[in-house]
Amino acid sequence: MTETLKSAGEPPKGRLTTFLKLLWADKFAFFAAVFLLIVVLCAVFGPLLLETLATKQNLRGRNAAPFDLEAGWAMILGADALGRPLLPRIVVAAQNTIFVAAGAVFFSMLIGTALGLIAGYSRGRAAQMIPRLGDVIMSFPSLLLAVIVLYILEPSVVNIVIVLAITRIPIYLRTARAEVLEVRERMFVQAAKVMGASDRRIVFRHILPVVLPTLLTIATLDFAFVMLAESSLSFLGIGIQAPDITWGLMVSQGRPYLTNAWWLSFWPGLAIILTTLSLNLLSNWMRIALDPTQRWRLEMGGRKNG
Amino acid sequence: MKQFIGKRAIASAVSLVGLVILVFFLSRLTGDPTDLYLPIDASQEMRDQFRELNGFNDPLIVQFGRYVADLARLDFGQSIREARPAIDVVLQGFSWTLSLAAITMTLVTIAAIVIGSLAAFNVGGVFDRITTFFSLIGASAPDFWIAIVAIVIFAVNLHWLPTSGTGTPWHWVLPVAVLFIRPFGLILQVVRGSMITALSSPYVKTAKAKGVRSRPIIFVHGLRNGMLPVITVIGDQAAGILNGAVVVETIFGFPGIGKLMIDSILQRDFAVVLAAIMVSALAIFIMNLLIDLAYALLDPRIRY
Repeated sequence: MTETLKSAGEPPKGRLTTFLKLLWADKFAFFAAVFLLIVVLCAVFGPLLLETLATKQNLRGRNAAPFDLEAGWAMILGADALGRPLLPRIVVAAQNTIFVAAGAVFFSMLIGTALGLIAGYSRGRAAQMIPRLGDVIMSFPSLLLAVIVLYILEPSVVNIVIVLAITRIPIYLRTARAEVLEVRERMFVQAAKVMGASDRRIVFRHILPVVLPTLLTIATLDFAFVMLAESSLSFLGIGIQAPDITWGLMVSQGRPYLTNAWWLSFWPGLAIILTTLSLNLLSNWMRIALDPTQRWRLEMGGRKNG
Repeated sequence: MKQFIGKRAIASAVSLVGLVILVFFLSRLTGDPTDLYLPIDASQEMRDQFRELNGFNDPLIVQFGRYVADLARLDFGQSIREARPAIDVVLQGFSWTLSLAAITMTLVTIAAIVIGSLAAFNVGGVFDRITTFFSLIGASAPDFWIAIVAIVIFAVNLHWLPTSGTGTPWHWVLPVAVLFIRPFGLILQVVRGSMITALSSPYVKTAKAKGVRSRPIIFVHGLRNGMLPVITVIGDQAAGILNGAVVVETIFGFPGIGKLMIDSILQRDFAVVLAAIMVSALAIFIMNLLIDLAYALLDPRIRY
């Protein structure tokens, strides 16, 4: 209890430092965030810096084994079937992998949340029709749907983002609607209504801020799911097409050499696993950190005698 | 109850009709399968005959009308690839996937409930931390990657298991194991979370105070009330296992409905694609219905 009294007495600090402190309190989440930061930096700057290195073929270095320091740092993870060094390729492939997932999550969250807010707040016909839309999308396995649509529409980055975004809309739609239905009845919303606030003001100023943390937590988790889905599609040959690369495509390109050069498929797969694992850990942390009633668990800094 | 099933059936049927219309017209847009099935040097006569035989000459809307009329007589059309009724091909593949999914989900459910409950009994203990860590990895791992790593280790290097195909029970081990991992990780998390809530409720404390041993407390008192959210996730995952089946069946050469769909789409075998969509949608509908019934069975307060 002394801890709470003391922290209450301290002067209020900036929001950013408070958040960094909360992040530091959960070591797993902290390292997950650091790792994700590195991945994002790779995605943004990787192709600019390493594009030439990643596409340079070297037939003498075909399927070169990893951990061979004589060939230079680029070859530390080995080389692929055309002698292209794997480490720079993984860095460059981060761009497509991350941007496709980010695009799909962004659009599905935007559209899903908007539909969910309408379905939850309005009492008209839209409130009944919109949830049905979610049911239609959910009634069929998303991967199969993506396979069919992508085969018909020609796989390209834009089409993959569209397909993945559509299959994920129901998640946000349902969550947003359920939360709005509950928040709508709370006292502060009623009060705002009595004071004459417009519907738009109530939705955006009073309801959305309460709903948003939950949606952000789900989006973090969903980012991992979408990344895995894109990787599966690329692996099956109907996602991103060569010469573009993603991690999923790299795993599939290494498959024929599985018996004599395991590293071709292993490293890009490991990159996928570490990224999704980090997203899961971060999402677990967000669930606590963004919830005012749970936040004390982190503020105690893991000390048992709190 | 009857009314509830009826309402659900209508909603599902509407979405299924939409899906079938969409796929029918979109798939016809990918082009004529004639070139795929006839040899390159086939004469124009042969091509015309093939088109006439499969009805590709008529306008799309006429083709669709004919398809619907056939459907009304429960005729799902012919598979071009296998030259037999599409529904036979689909049901054959579906029975394989169904066995695969049933075995996997049974194992997942038992393992997740037992391990998750034990982890929840001692939150923060060593066992709890280990299971949480492994379930997180399981939920994060790409199944196709696990599949090929498992092939390298167990089939290529150790020679314990076959790489792909069917035939002996050993052929089932790797596909089931790979399909097992993701749903296991997710369901375990939910079991743990919901059991923590159930085990901290007053009636469990009462049971503890009265000296009931810990095993009955976990599996009788806690589990029955902690089960409801778990059932929802199990249902979601059972439907989602079709997603995993596409990848796993392709890698292990397993003749299920996932591999069948991929092959049929690639070969423009339209009748099989449509039949497969309808059969899997029906399966998911029945699945969801069973979950709702299980809800009512477990919690007497729920009535439909």
